[in-house]
Amino acid sequence: MARKPARAPNDDIGEETRLKMYRTQVVIREAEQRAFDLFLQNLVKGTSHLSLGQEAVAAGFATAMNPGDLSFCTYRGHAHTLARGVSIEKVLGELMQRDNGLMRGKGGSMHLTSEEHGVMGSYAIIGAHLPIACGAAWRAQYKGQKDVSVCFFGDGTTNIGAFHEALNFAVIWKLPVVFVCENNLYMEYTPIEDVTAVQHPAADRAGAYGLEAVIVDGQDADEVYRAAQAAYAKARAGGGPSLIECKTYRYSGHSRADPAKYRKPGELDKWKERDPIKIYRERLLQFGIEQETIDKIDTEVRQVVDDATEKCKAAPQPPFELITRDVYADGGWAWRN
Amino acid sequence: MAELTYRDAVTRGIAQEMKRDPDVVFLGEDIAAAGGVFKTTVGLLEEFGPLRVRDTPISEQAILGAAMGAAMTGLKPIAEIMFSDFIAVCFNYLANEFSKHRYISNGQTKCPLVVRTANGGGARFGAQHSQSVENWCMMIPGLKVVAPSSPTDVVGLLAASVRDPDPVIFLEHKSLYPIKGEVPDGEIVDTIGTAKILRSGRDATITALALMVPRALEAAEKLKEEHGIDCEVIDVRSLVPLDTQTILGSVGRTHRLFTVEENPRLCGWGAEIVSIVADEAFYDLDGPPVRITTPHLPLPASDVLEDATIPSVDRIVDRVKRSLNA
Ligand SMILES: Cc1ncc(C[n+]2csc(CCOP(=O)(O)OP(=O)(O)O)c2C)c(N)n1
Ligand SMILES: [Mg+2]
Repeated sequence: MARKPARAPNDDIGEETRLKMYRTQVVIREAEQRAFDLFLQNLVKGTSHLSLGQEAVAAGFATAMNPGDLSFCTYRGHAHTLARGVSIEKVLGELMQRDNGLMRGKGGSMHLTSEEHGVMGSYAIIGAHLPIACGAAWRAQYKGQKDVSVCFFGDGTTNIGAFHEALNFAVIWKLPVVFVCENNLYMEYTPIEDVTAVQHPAADRAGAYGLEAVIVDGQDADEVYRAAQAAYAKARAGGGPSLIECKTYRYSGHSRADPAKYRKPGELDKWKERDPIKIYRERLLQFGIEQETIDKIDTEVRQVVDDATEKCKAAPQPPFELITRDVYADGGWAWRN
Repeated sequence: MAELTYRDAVTRGIAQEMKRDPDVVFLGEDIAAAGGVFKTTVGLLEEFGPLRVRDTPISEQAILGAAMGAAMTGLKPIAEIMFSDFIAVCFNYLANEFSKHRYISNGQTKCPLVVRTANGGGARFGAQHSQSVENWCMMIPGLKVVAPSSPTDVVGLLAASVRDPDPVIFLEHKSLYPIKGEVPDGEIVDTIGTAKILRSGRDATITALALMVPRALEAAEKLKEEHGIDCEVIDVRSLVPLDTQTILGSVGRTHRLFTVEENPRLCGWGAEIVSIVADEAFYDLDGPPVRITTPHLPLPASDVLEDATIPSVDRIVDRVKRSLNA
């Protein structure tokens, strides 16, 4: 029997939001798993960087956003793009570089962008998008608009100059920007601890910019959601930027070519015990949501992924006329008369 | 008409556009309270206030990144990079970010911004504060590249750059800041992608950019007076888009081509022009095209050494004379 969404006493999140966050995590898990399968079939071309194991970070931050808030992602951006509501077909289509892809195959997996969903781009040069997010936040501040710019990046990114320039800049201008470090313990293939002067690559740097050190359990979507809410509220109230470090772990290799031989023995299994989706299923049950409701979400999402896969397989290649389109604002590429 | 320095023309151009459009904002190092290290932005803070004219830390990546994010979401930023040499520390934004985002996103996003920067030699600042970096900018698809040579062009091309829907690199020549010129009153808006014939002539076409334009003009006068050689001088003004029609048309009349380039020789803009002319107007030519450039060298600081390195009036006269009399 269908129940009305309930809110337990002292529960700040509520059933409706939890179900949404659960569905988002399952969407990411299933779509990323499918992307990996399609890569094995040689249907996903180029590269791809999966967020398997990191779903709760994307789900928590996106669910706490308002429409109109802006996401700035890295090449590991499928999860954040899906979490903002971009369709699985558009994302898989772009990974497969088909004409039905989000950018019709012109950007590829590392550059997912959907302006209408507030996904202002996925950037593949480490650190470059932190200053860009500052600029979007500056526009909100200047125009008196209430949106927040949210910028996602990895632990390795805390060692590049643009990270430090952006933090200082955001603080002195008091910009409504939230910097989210997904600390998955590795920069590409090297353990972050081997190349970083401090233990917590983002949080331990926060103090240098007068910011609070915030560390969040990135495997628990509720914890992520709460941290996101607090940071967004502060930004909207004119309180300036936040830097949040989420402890998480990626199950796959860095990119499609990486078998991840560098992992410490037992590390992956240990993290899988704290799988974000497993944690969240238990959370839902604990709050009185029925197993049936959870199973139904899983089934629905799998169906959407299957349908999207078939559509992408059937979709045409992008047409050659795209090659010279949209270099300049007139739609073309003319550099001379 | 009023007589204005190239330096004051920069201020006037920025002010003209900021008055017109409240979405135009301006950021950079020492540009607000101090009025710029070259005093090109004096009074803008007072006129437009601290929300629109903002001093930044020494963070060139933050400056260009912030300009990009603001441009993507609805502002029309003007960003100053103090010396064009410093583009090297934020080159990612030119090479990978605002030049490519429209393309990457399949036309979803826009980056209408202007990067103003003091380019070029003659100030005896040595190898890291004197370079002509137009070829660094010209090679990147997605950018527009403009370099004015006169106060009027500064105002008009700056206005056109601010109004342009694409990212524009606006190269001011630091040795031109003190020069004066008559500038018309009222709003001035020019067109990017148009070269200008500044002197007509029958015997040879000389193309030049920025500081090389007054030198080419002076050389043309000398060539006429002292050697009876009548040169047409074209101010290229805009490297991207490049007005090849004006250049090809001129070569069709004069049958000889010279480029005067301040950038070091390899991959300089003149090479592209020579290649286009060779491709499309080969049979118009009566002799080989000649590139007069700074040699492929870092710039020395010493005034005598720097003057001997960058193309001078005498070097232009000598090369044209030798080529035509050969
Ligand atoms: C400027 C730059 N340097 C190096 C690279 C190559 N690279 C791509 S991803 C990556 C690791 C980034 O690590 P992290 O920030 O922790 O993100 P993660 O991939 O773990 O999500 C590196 C070194 C790059 N893309 N850009
Ligand atoms: Mg990492």
